[in-house]
Amino acid sequence: MAFVARAKLLDGDDISRILKRVAHEILEKNRGASDIALVGIRTRGVFLARRIAKLIGEIEGREPDVGVLDVSMYRDDVVARKASPVGVTRIDFDINDRVIVLVDDVLYTGRTTRAAMDALIDLGRPRKIQLAVLVDRGHRELPIRADYVGKNIPTSGRERVKVSLEETDNVDMVEIGEEK
Amino acid sequence: MSTPDPLKTGVSKTLKFDPLMHSGTRRHLLSINDLSSEDIIRLLDSARSFAEVSKRPVKKVPALRGKTIVNMFIEPSTRTRMSFELAAKRLSADVVTFTAGASSISKGESLKDTAKTIVAMGVDAVVIRHSSAGAPRLLTQWVDCSVINAGDGMHEHPTQALLDLYTMRERLGKLEGLKVAIVGDIDHSRVARSNILALNKVGASVLLVAPRSLLPAGIEEMGVEITGSIDEALQWCDVLYLLRIQLERVSESRFPSLREYTLQYGLTQTRWSRLKRKPLVMHPGPMNRGVEIASVVADEVEPVITGQVAAGVAVRMAVLYELLGGPTGVGGSD
Amino acid sequence: MRGNSQKILIKKGRVYSPGAGISSEIDVLIHEGIIKRIDRGIQPTGAKILDAEGCIVSPGFIDMHVHLREPGMEYKEDVGSGSRAAVSGGFTVVCCMPNTDPPIDNASVAEYVFDRGVDEGLCMVLPHGAITQGRGGKALAPMGEMGSCRAMVRGFSDDGSTVTDSEIMRRAMEYARTMDSLIISHCEDVSLTAGGQMNEGFYSTLLGLRGIPREAEEIGVFRDICLSEKTNAELHIAHVSTAETIMLLRDAKRRNSRVTCEVTPHHFTLDDSYLVTYDTNLKVNPPLRSRADVEAVLEGLADGTVDVIATDHAPHALHEKETEFDRAEFGMVGLETCLALVISVLVENGVLSLEGALEKMTLAPSRIMRLERFGYSPLIEEGAPANITVFNPDFEWVVDPQMFKSRSKNSPFAGWKVKGKVIHTIFSGRVVLENMEVKAKLE
Repeated sequence: MAFVARAKLLDGDDISRILKRVAHEILEKNRGASDIALVGIRTRGVFLARRIAKLIGEIEGREPDVGVLDVSMYRDDVVARKASPVGVTRIDFDINDRVIVLVDDVLYTGRTTRAAMDALIDLGRPRKIQLAVLVDRGHRELPIRADYVGKNIPTSGRERVKVSLEETDNVDMVEIGEEK
Repeated sequence: MSTPDPLKTGVSKTLKFDPLMHSGTRRHLLSINDLSSEDIIRLLDSARSFAEVSKRPVKKVPALRGKTIVNMFIEPSTRTRMSFELAAKRLSADVVTFTAGASSISKGESLKDTAKTIVAMGVDAVVIRHSSAGAPRLLTQWVDCSVINAGDGMHEHPTQALLDLYTMRERLGKLEGLKVAIVGDIDHSRVARSNILALNKVGASVLLVAPRSLLPAGIEEMGVEITGSIDEALQWCDVLYLLRIQLERVSESRFPSLREYTLQYGLTQTRWSRLKRKPLVMHPGPMNRGVEIASVVADEVEPVITGQVAAGVAVRMAVLYELLGGPTGVGGSD
Repeated sequence: MRGNSQKILIKKGRVYSPGAGISSEIDVLIHEGIIKRIDRGIQPTGAKILDAEGCIVSPGFIDMHVHLREPGMEYKEDVGSGSRAAVSGGFTVVCCMPNTDPPIDNASVAEYVFDRGVDEGLCMVLPHGAITQGRGGKALAPMGEMGSCRAMVRGFSDDGSTVTDSEIMRRAMEYARTMDSLIISHCEDVSLTAGGQMNEGFYSTLLGLRGIPREAEEIGVFRDICLSEKTNAELHIAHVSTAETIMLLRDAKRRNSRVTCEVTPHHFTLDDSYLVTYDTNLKVNPPLRSRADVEAVLEGLADGTVDVIATDHAPHALHEKETEFDRAEFGMVGLETCLALVISVLVENGVLSLEGALEKMTLAPSRIMRLERFGYSPLIEEGAPANITVFNPDFEWVVDPQMFKSRSKNSPFAGWKVKGKVIHTIFSGRVVLENMEVKAKLE
């Protein structure tokens, strides 16, 4: 099975603009950055979280903390674990009483988000958990909603949304296609 | 047809070691030979993540929620049993432990009947410690769940080797090219066997340090060097792995006395203080202070050895997770 | 031996008789227990016809080394089930070891076992006697009494154990020489084998099983050759398994020592690498050795150092094998796979000619056991008593221990595709195996 792209939905410039907007929305909603920490869900969520943190830093003069969360131990739908090891969770700051913005690339069934919330709560007691995603493609299986959405992309269940980032794929773009 | 060809016949179907032995959908860890070097590195990588769990205030993740694991210890062991038990519990699995004293095995019940009982109870994995080499493999014939070898006779102790490799890797930053000297009663040591196999797979070199009377036949063919001199080994090695020496070997004429053993093969204070470049000293525990290691040296290297114990839980979590992880429904890819 | 009035015609087989080689297609007529005529195109007037087309008609096989477990361990095997296994494997004579309970260490037990064989009537069952009382290795058993009883015991062995005390072995040989008896030695220096589970070497180390060093056997073999040369007693070395043992025997034979030996099919077929499965059916004593030892054993067979092929048929119940390796009993069954392994391993690979292999299963053991004392002949010739095995050397089959007539199924060859199968067996002029089916005794 390989991914066959049908259309490019976002290019690098689109993604930059979206992340800037999300950074502003986070600041607006939380009235500044003082209590905020970003936690990226491995793998691409981490890079998105770092970019947003940098953008917030440019606006506010101080970058919020960024943590890394691996949710594989919390998933209830694990399939392909043989290929890769369980990743490391690294959150070097106290999450108690903080506003944690979870960052992920695609919001789909909501199961990753649920796992991420479970994982986060095992690490402490945040005051609030918010969710920022680059793409929301619908088809939720759990009552979960993102606070910050880069772009809503209506899809069918058969389709796949592929997010590429400079840090992992050498290019920034979002495509839609199918596994064939 | 001519000669019964070993590769085409029933007996030797299993001659070939399957990487991470698959028997139908069930996977087992019976020997380090069940693992490829990639498998080993992946398990060690995962173990690093699981080590982090043990440092949290809530030392528990739901990865194996709803799974049942039986710890079947037909040979007494406190450390390994506790380690597996904690590993399972930190992954939210349900664990039942029975030991030789408490179980009916010692009353003459056969392993087969015990196995059938376990099957009837519907468990997902059996962790077995047994004084007979090959018992875990025998068990796989009778149970429909994963079997994990927690030490069988003088055969193997694969999770101990994995936690040892984990410790070496975390402390020294690499495994490939590492020079590891294993000192002591190699003949009776399943820990030594598993470590030799595992270290060879990841590209480390192994030097065995012991009198010939404590070395098993044909050990050279396992890809190791041999020396009778611990001083030579100390000059060479990055890791000095000491094995526990047992008094009963004296009555078996394996060496003359504990005193002589200490003199010839002990990590004495004199030997230790003489060293300019000190190797990482490891021990599977419990240490015989004053025999294979001087008490003063033991105190100095204590953190590494207790670190091995902590690593044990993480590595066993990784193994359980890999063999038993999650339901297999196709989930969303978000 | 009882005669039999039945007339049997073996049609179109190729006859092998030691010394005479293998003939072209020919018929063999048997009447009143005797081979009456060997000729082409014999008319079957009133005779039971056994089709032997494509088959070899051989003298019945003789196994010098089996364990029939009776008396005392009938749950593993008894003389009846052992006899059925024997004739299925083409054997008309089996010599059973005395490690029974009670052991065969006196005339009454020897006669009991011998008579049980006669009662079953499928093949000759000749008990070996123990060298020492109770197989205890301390005091000599009454060899003279056993030798002169109905069973006419000639072979004496403490098989399963060794006679540890060299002085006792020396005296046993001296006494045996006087009684014209044969000492069959299970050679093992037990101080070297204590707790041993398999051959000592790379594989025992890999598997973590306590090793049994070759030297344990070789020390015993050397001691017994020395004692045999000192006492001039006849010595037969049981189940030879190592390269060094073969060398010791080759040298002894060069010196014309009165020593003979046997190897088992499993020792010439299997090496210790098979043990990686921990299959307890591979646990035997002496253990399966290294590939180099197997090669040396094959050489010994080829150059005549090895006189006899014997199975060391050692039945054990399922629960004695279906257990942890170090708790399992030693031994495997062998009567019903012997011919197939001889053909598939020795003949097919050119180690021995078919005649050469058969000689080690007929003439040689008959000579060593002096079977002429029983009126037995290992030859197929007119006038000889009819003890005949008809087998198809090209018949391919897959070993399935559940089909064995032996009470025990402990064979590691399950699933092996092999060649060579016994079709008919005639014992004392009676068909005891016909088309691979054992025929019950005529009442």
